Amino acid sequence: MPQLDPTTFAPQLFWLLVTFVLLYLVMWKIILPKIGGVLQDRQERIDDDLEKAEQLRKEAEAVKEAYEQTVAEGRSKAQETIRAAGEKIAADAAEQHAALTEKLAAQTSDAEARIVAAKEEALKNIRTVATEVTQAAAGRLIGREVSDSEAEAAVGAVFDEEQR
Amino acid sequence: MAAEGHSPLAQFEIKTLIPLKMGEIDVSFTNSALFMTLTLVLVTLFLVLGMRQRALVPGRWQSMAELSYEFVANMLRDNVGNDGRKYFPFVFSLFMFILFGNMLGMIPYSFTFTSHIIVTFALAAVVFIGVTVLGFVKHGFHFFSFFVPPGVSVALWPLLIPIEIISYLSRPVSLSVRLFANMLAGHTLLKVFAGFIISLGIYFGWVPLAFVVALSGLEILIAFLQAYVFTILTCLYINDALHMH
Repeated sequence: MPQLDPTTFAPQLFWLLVTFVLLYLVMWKIILPKIGGVLQDRQERIDDDLEKAEQLRKEAEAVKEAYEQTVAEGRSKAQETIRAAGEKIAADAAEQHAALTEKLAAQTSDAEARIVAAKEEALKNIRTVATEVTQAAAGRLIGREVSDSEAEAAVGAVFDEEQR
Repeated sequence: MAAEGHSPLAQFEIKTLIPLKMGEIDVSFTNSALFMTLTLVLVTLFLVLGMRQRALVPGRWQSMAELSYEFVANMLRDNVGNDGRKYFPFVFSLFMFILFGNMLGMIPYSFTFTSHIIVTFALAAVVFIGVTVLGFVKHGFHFFSFFVPPGVSVALWPLLIPIEIISYLSRPVSLSVRLFANMLAGHTLLKVFAGFIISLGIYFGWVPLAFVVALSGLEILIAFLQAYVFTILTCLYINDALHMH
């Protein structure tokens, strides 16, 4: 087995020492600081970006809050306007309704008064006409002139009886 | 010598490429040294070229480089905590070295330097000695209390303390043998079955071929897994030394 030949030990150990020490020095002094630096730079950059992102997020949140507040304000204002308009409309309607009702009532009573007057007038006329008709008819029947007062008395008696 | 090329163990042969001497010591540049050097170069290129743009949004290659960094960093943080950061360069180098060594070994005709016990043992010994020194530096002689299990009656100490010491001392052995044996066994098995493909010929050779394909997938998984296990155990040992029970 070649591994157990002691004459090969010295050169192997010598070159192991040389190459490994060289590798160690190159890694220690040159390469590892370089890689470490790159990794650290990247980590710093990432942290930086994350911080910036967090800040922007906060800003966006503030803007959103302000926007929402504005919207809420606008909405309550609109609600207020709608309510005021509704009240005004209701008040106007009630007023107009009242005015109309009053007007109609006035017209109605006016009309009733006129109807009553017309009825009275008509009744009065009826009596006069009835008296004249009675006077004429009775004159023809009995063959003599019936006086106004007689006719009036007879018609008045019938009317009074009717009205009773 | 002729049969050597067909032996499943021939792939582990150390071949001298450039003979070198430092005083009395043989420091020849071998195929093992070549692949260690390749590992060093490839790890460096992988990370340097991957990170050359230093992009804020990483591309695929940069993602892989960063992933390897974060993988080991998380392993260390999860197992040791924040005071383990000091040892990150060492743990990271260890992980990348073993991972690339194992992965390079999966290329046919290449050499797997982690399949040599002397290499894995040297790495494990560095971890073991380093962790032990760290424990004494952090806790002084109080570190010896590491061998006394907490909440155990004094009557059991003569039994448990030797067990604890032995288990502590066997750490570098288990750490190195685990990696070495996995690499050795996997590569030997691949070679054995690859040999069957030829000897069974065109009609039945497909069976071991299919097995070799499946086994290669498994071996790539093991190559990663053993690098991971070696590294995470190192993390656990560092944690033991830093925060004793």
